[in-house]
Amino acid sequence: MTSKGIFRFFIGFYLLLFFGYLFGPLLIMGATAFNNSSYPQLWPWEGGTLDWFVKLANDQAMLRGIGNSLLVGLGVICLAVPIGLAGAIVMTQIYWRARGLYYLVVVSPLLTPGVIIGISTVLFWRQLLGADHPLYSGYFMTILGQATFISAYCMLIFLSRLQRFDRAQEEAALDLGASNLQFFWQVLLPFLRPAVFSAAVLAFLSSFENYNTTTFTILARTTLTTELAGRVRQGSNPSLSALALLIITITLIGAILYEIYKRREDRREKDRAAVAAAAEAEGEPAIIAA
Amino acid sequence: MSRFLLPLIPVAVALIFWGMAAAERRAVGNVAHLGFFRRNGAALSVYLLGAVGLWILLLIVLPQLYMVEFSFRPRLPPSEMGGPKDAYTLANYSYLIFGRPGDPEGYNKLHLGIFLRTIVASIFVTMLNFAICYPIAFFMAKVAKGGQMRLMVLALIVPFWVNEILRAFAFRILFSSSGVFNTLLLASGLVDAPVDFLRSDIALYAGLSYAYLLLMIFPLYNAIEAMDSNQIEAARDLGAPWWHIHLFVVMPYAKPGIAAGCTMVFMLTAGALAAPQVLGGPSSLWFTQVVYNWFYQAFNWNLGAAYAFALLIACIIFVMVVLRLFKVSLGEIAR
Amino acid sequence: MSADVELDHVTIAFGNFIAVNDASLKINNGEFFSFLGPSGCGKTTILRTVSGFLEPTKGAVRIGGRDMSGIGPNKRPTALIFQNLALFPLMTVAENIAYGLRVRGMGRTERRRKAEHLLNMIALSDQGGKMVAELSGGQKQRVAIARALAVEPQVLLLDEPLSALDLKLRQHMRNELRAIQQRVGITFIYITHDQGEALTMSDRIAVMNEGVIQQVGDAKSIYDRPATSFVASFVGENNSLIGKVVQVDGAYAQIKTQMGNVTGRNLQDIRIGESAVAFIRPEKLTQHAAANQNRLQTTVKSIAFEGNLSHVYLVGPGHRHLTMTVGRETPLPEAGADIGLHAAIDDTLILPMGKLASGETGQ
Repeated sequence: MTSKGIFRFFIGFYLLLFFGYLFGPLLIMGATAFNNSSYPQLWPWEGGTLDWFVKLANDQAMLRGIGNSLLVGLGVICLAVPIGLAGAIVMTQIYWRARGLYYLVVVSPLLTPGVIIGISTVLFWRQLLGADHPLYSGYFMTILGQATFISAYCMLIFLSRLQRFDRAQEEAALDLGASNLQFFWQVLLPFLRPAVFSAAVLAFLSSFENYNTTTFTILARTTLTTELAGRVRQGSNPSLSALALLIITITLIGAILYEIYKRREDRREKDRAAVAAAAEAEGEPAIIAA
Repeated sequence: MSRFLLPLIPVAVALIFWGMAAAERRAVGNVAHLGFFRRNGAALSVYLLGAVGLWILLLIVLPQLYMVEFSFRPRLPPSEMGGPKDAYTLANYSYLIFGRPGDPEGYNKLHLGIFLRTIVASIFVTMLNFAICYPIAFFMAKVAKGGQMRLMVLALIVPFWVNEILRAFAFRILFSSSGVFNTLLLASGLVDAPVDFLRSDIALYAGLSYAYLLLMIFPLYNAIEAMDSNQIEAARDLGAPWWHIHLFVVMPYAKPGIAAGCTMVFMLTAGALAAPQVLGGPSSLWFTQVVYNWFYQAFNWNLGAAYAFALLIACIIFVMVVLRLFKVSLGEIAR
Repeated sequence: MSADVELDHVTIAFGNFIAVNDASLKINNGEFFSFLGPSGCGKTTILRTVSGFLEPTKGAVRIGGRDMSGIGPNKRPTALIFQNLALFPLMTVAENIAYGLRVRGMGRTERRRKAEHLLNMIALSDQGGKMVAELSGGQKQRVAIARALAVEPQVLLLDEPLSALDLKLRQHMRNELRAIQQRVGITFIYITHDQGEALTMSDRIAVMNEGVIQQVGDAKSIYDRPATSFVASFVGENNSLIGKVVQVDGAYAQIKTQMGNVTGRNLQDIRIGESAVAFIRPEKLTQHAAANQNRLQTTVKSIAFEGNLSHVYLVGPGHRHLTMTVGRETPLPEAGADIGLHAAIDDTLILPMGKLASGETGQ
């Protein structure tokens, strides 16, 4: 074997190990969902069953948790996406001297441990609202706490898209008579639409899977993660595996759909470039006569 | 007192930014030409300033400041709040260091031990993470082709949309006494009794390394990707062995990315709660678990806040020191 | 509808940097007016001030007699064609063209009718449904023009719109632009660093350097009677000889240069003792002696043959480099030969010492 062959072999082997580490635990967990044993295990195999899925479907506390998670996730989208968008736009306009400090402040929630964000949110709002205030609730606190750092994710997504926005388009729209608001709705937002979509998906998923912040902010209620955490600490049972398998399947389907959409977009772009190249080859007609 | 200070903070922040704007205008002139309001129009300006102001003040800055303030006050029953006993004190912090007054040890051995272990283990996990991720990031940045690359990114991201708790749970299935590994080991006859992976923290470290892989790979990838492949070719032409190329050509170039990845992984590992709760041994706690317990078992929020703040400060100081040692500025990693 | 544009002592400063210094001029109704100058001369700043993206630090901009201060770009009777065109990539060609009408609240059917009319004019009549990414460079250019014309501006501002095109297309578009301007009859203000564009298209040109308007005039007067040494050296090829004025005689002045004394027309009332530059166009240099001529002793360095004409590169005392351009019928000197050059004093221009355009500019 040549040295390049050996290199390739090692790379392949390493990739295999790595993705084994990445997917192995999840696959094994998924498989345990079908084992008819009261403890999530692969071995000994006590016969295949779908009971754990049925059990999951009848688990009221879990379903309530899922419902709460969905609610909180939607709330976080509504709060974090607009905030992230505003944060990104302000970032592109702020005085350059202040830019570093501004960036540090708004990105800091990404580096702050979620536990601390959760604690500080609850402490601050309890002080501000009072413990008896109707807004001082698990839903509201969790949405606020999660939005603190999820807004920063959204901002980063918008920033990377905004970097490819040609500022001249803003001036062109204004020059043609558009108001600032018309420019925002008719030119900027359509351009940012893919980013809005990505940000919303990311916000929802981050919210849905968050534990560290939520466990402090959810107060008397539960979300899926806090409910799960309680279960796991008490002892495991394979309906958790069944749930995990469902989540993995849903995300995989989402990812595949996204990939198909991406490919179609790429193809469309290529087609357009081909049309443009053909037009280029055709040459320019004289327009004076018209 | 704090009730009066609180409303002043937004004003102070606004003044700071206004001052910076004024300073810049004096130094380099009116570069923006049209002011913020003129450029964006009234409606958009209100939205932008409102959203960002809400975010920075009510979600980021004030809660953090309030938590700090809160940690310097004693825990009191509601009736005594605002009373003579409600004064700033270092008691919560001194508890972390010296323990209960009159403790025979003279210092809080238990909590300091957990604190130290959390930091040291986080360093270990961060280094492990870097070792695992560097080859992958390099492969993605310099070897993989378009389609292969996109597939890898997808494969990397998908596992991380699975719930944090469930990810930890997957490792628990692997490592518990009747889990997959133990069944295999017992069946193969390598051991007579199940190995307690949980108590020995092996499961915890495996789970923690797993939890933040993505946050290491992408900064590394971005940094290496930006590097000119010709530099590597040139080094190879000069006869440098592969390890030399990585150690002295690629890594110095990717330093900001390495710093960014390591910073994030370290901070998040030290602040992790899910994995330690699910995978930690019964006798060894992660520092965040201590904080959690102050809140939800002892209901001493002031003490919990002090512990949380101490953890945050320790992490920040540690990161700063390491960045200084490796001569990377904070601005560089914030790219 | 059309309007004149007036700059009244306009100064535009960015902090300590003065981009435009006390510019005053009046652009007439229906005129094709160009601002010509090297990059960084302030011409784009003027354009952005007229369109409303900048406010003058001092002075006023008036369009059709109305002071524009405090009026935003979306309220001005101007339309701007951007250097990179700035078409909206997510809209179709027709939507791009009709955008200005859409924000004015025009109905859908009327918008479509108007867009079709304009598509017709730019010879893209069946392509309104295409996306911008499907167009060639020249087509994009025409869409940008149609989009700006759709709002029926009184003044059309063009910011080096041809700079992204290749040479052949650029020359084609010059003719098109001029034709469009004559058809619609509105004021065009054109920004360029390409003197070929400015000279061929414009009714009048303002030559700018370092924020100062050097000269305003039609193409011929700028080429033949440059007002400053910058204009003389920037517009067209020119040989320059630096020296001191030793004699002034009515309409003529004589300066002492490293290549001997040179006499030329004195249009700027230059005085004895002042530093001055003598300019002689390459095509005005000959090897034939006649009366009322300057004589320059030079050595032929090299010769560049370009078909219908040839450039002879020469060097004189003090390493002064000169260029002579001769037609087909003139016999060419040998490289290395020492030859005497002649230029009529009426073809020689004496201008006060000032900034010269550095390097080769334009074609």
